[in-house]
Amino acid sequence: MVLKATSLSKKDLLGLQELKAEEIGLILDTAESMKEILSRKVKKVPALRGKTVINLFYEPSTRTSSSFNLAGKYLSADVMNLSISQSSVHKGESLYDTARTIEAMNADLIVIRHKAAGAPHFLARYLEPGVINAGDGMHEHPTQALLDLFTIRENKGSISGQKVSIVGDISHSRVARSNIWGLKKMGADVTLVAPDTLIPEDIEDMGVKVENRLWAGIESADIVYLLRIQLERQKDALFSTLREYARFYGVNGAVLSELSPDVLIMHPGPMNRGVEVDDKAADSSNSVITEQVTNGLAVRMAIFYLLLGRGGKDEFID
Amino acid sequence: MNLLISNGRVIDPVNGKEFEADLLTAEGKIKKIGKDIDAGDNCRIIDASGKIVVPGLIDLHVHLREPGFEHKETIASGTRSAARGGFTSVFPMANTDPVVDNASVVEFILSRAREEAAVEIYPVGSITKNLAGEELSEMGAMASKGAKAVSDDGKTVASAAVMRRAMEYAKNFSLSVIAHCEDENLSRGGLMHEGYYSTVLGLPPIPAAAEEIIIARDLILAELTGVHLHIAHVSTSGSVNLIRRAKEKGIKVTAEVTPHHLTLTHSEVKSYNPHTKVNPPLRTQKDITALREGLKNGIIDIVATDHAPHASHEKMAEYEDVPSGISGLETAFAVLYTELVKKSGEFTLLELIEKMTLNPAEIIGIERGTLSMGETANISIIDLDTEWLLTEEEIISKGKNTPYIGKSFYGRPTDVIVQGRVVIEDEELRV
Repeated sequence: MVLKATSLSKKDLLGLQELKAEEIGLILDTAESMKEILSRKVKKVPALRGKTVINLFYEPSTRTSSSFNLAGKYLSADVMNLSISQSSVHKGESLYDTARTIEAMNADLIVIRHKAAGAPHFLARYLEPGVINAGDGMHEHPTQALLDLFTIRENKGSISGQKVSIVGDISHSRVARSNIWGLKKMGADVTLVAPDTLIPEDIEDMGVKVENRLWAGIESADIVYLLRIQLERQKDALFSTLREYARFYGVNGAVLSELSPDVLIMHPGPMNRGVEVDDKAADSSNSVITEQVTNGLAVRMAIFYLLLGRGGKDEFID
Repeated sequence: MNLLISNGRVIDPVNGKEFEADLLTAEGKIKKIGKDIDAGDNCRIIDASGKIVVPGLIDLHVHLREPGFEHKETIASGTRSAARGGFTSVFPMANTDPVVDNASVVEFILSRAREEAAVEIYPVGSITKNLAGEELSEMGAMASKGAKAVSDDGKTVASAAVMRRAMEYAKNFSLSVIAHCEDENLSRGGLMHEGYYSTVLGLPPIPAAAEEIIIARDLILAELTGVHLHIAHVSTSGSVNLIRRAKEKGIKVTAEVTPHHLTLTHSEVKSYNPHTKVNPPLRTQKDITALREGLKNGIIDIVATDHAPHASHEKMAEYEDVPSGISGLETAFAVLYTELVKKSGEFTLLELIEKMTLNPAEIIGIERGTLSMGETANISIIDLDTEWLLTEEEIISKGKNTPYIGKSFYGRPTDVIVQGRVVIEDEELRV
């Protein structure tokens, strides 16, 4: 018997690796209630009134930072956005000193995005307030994976038993790593599809299959999850040209027409139309890419609520 | 003053003997070893009963950071740290500021050593000027001041042509060449060993091949030039194989391995603990097994610490911005005695002592590492029976950067004698 979790066990959300399946379930259930709020005329609820959230973004981001920002506002938290362009210890203030400064401002929760894997863990070690990882280097992007799990569950009824193929630059993708942990914990089968140059060592030990050929990797998929391919990887000799990548790994209308009619096409955005995905696939009825954005808001509200609103009354949910 | 070390278990790797005896030193030399030595009056006595008495440990690979990086370590602090760990002779690497690439920097270090050092120092010169990998350092002048070896440690001499000429040139002056083997095209940007944990942690990986490719290159160049090549900090099973084949072929090569590469795997990195960041990186259990076998059967000749102290604030940062290195002098013997002798029984005590005393002395050519009569009185007395806990507070080195903090060990040097002078007595510094 799986015990139903009623709260998260830690003050921080650093990655899906350390979440239990029942905690993921709790976040997804809570996000359902949040999504209902988002459909109301008046979206604001007072759950986190008097709480302060600081969004600390060391990397440029529009969709994730605005999603966290709005999620906090809909729950009536005070949200402050800090964009810091310099993150190296050699320039400007060290992350440790920034952390101390923020702590002195009595924030209740810190959301951090940083180019260094482990930066949120570093903050969490020294800070009293909770820390949410909004993407750290190539490590994890847990809120993205949670919104993806939410989207799959909403469309397919459950996550368990679904065949999910993740296509693209797995090596450099924090989205892929978080999704692998989350999907495996929730009982999905995961296949990674990419040339070997984009597959990191020993990733099979995470319990996934690896396929180098697109068709072999996606033909029986229930969900095809495409990752953004970055042009600069070409300079690292990881693939030849975007044209060739699109030809061998892009999912286009023709490929889509060969897949199961109820396959879901997902993408964390922003898309490179014409490379990993074309218009026909991205804008098809199989695509849930825009739903992912809405669900991101609901999931982030749920996480804020679970990390900050515990002990409060649940009047706005019921 | 004469010094009598009484009732210890004397272990001398030269003759492989272990026996209960007294040991008398006079004028910095070992004067007498035997039962019930009558020291006469005016003799300082150290009671070594229940402890082992061994040659002072020798470390061919340390970073003392002076001149240039005194906030990390100094000759004074680093040599006290060495003494605390039972070492009596250390070989600091050349990557200071200025780099040790001419005789005046060698002289500076030796003069600072005369003023400040608690143990013997043998400076290692650089292979190339300013470690730039282009022009050769003044090896002859450095050798005439006492340098025994040259190394660009911290960096590989990227050009095979320069490395070839460096080996030929070093050989003229009977210098050993110590090679840091890392193909920087393969390792660039890397932060940890390439494998499951680098994948899960999303940290840029360093493949084992980065080390092995340069080891293969340098072994071929050593065969071509006939120089004595010493491979620094061997960390992979593939490297052990390459060195084994080279030795079978008769190439003049020796090699070292660090205590951390013998005992810790890449899984240690999993909490992004900054003290696990080291170059070469911590590898796999399979590598540890191969390194231990290699050390046991002599393919790897010695243990060296690669003592790499850093200031605390430098380690308080994101993993990618933290400097690499482990502060290793104070734990080396204890870690290896505890793990390799006491717990696993893979090594005898004598074997471990040999690889930390006699073998390094022989491969680098100094008359140290034995307790024979008439030799320099460099001696460590070690308590093998008392368990001790490593805390940050008790580390003498300025570098508190070690993943062993919070762990318990056996094998603690209680008294250390350098050239007849007591530098550690009853676990306390006396200098």
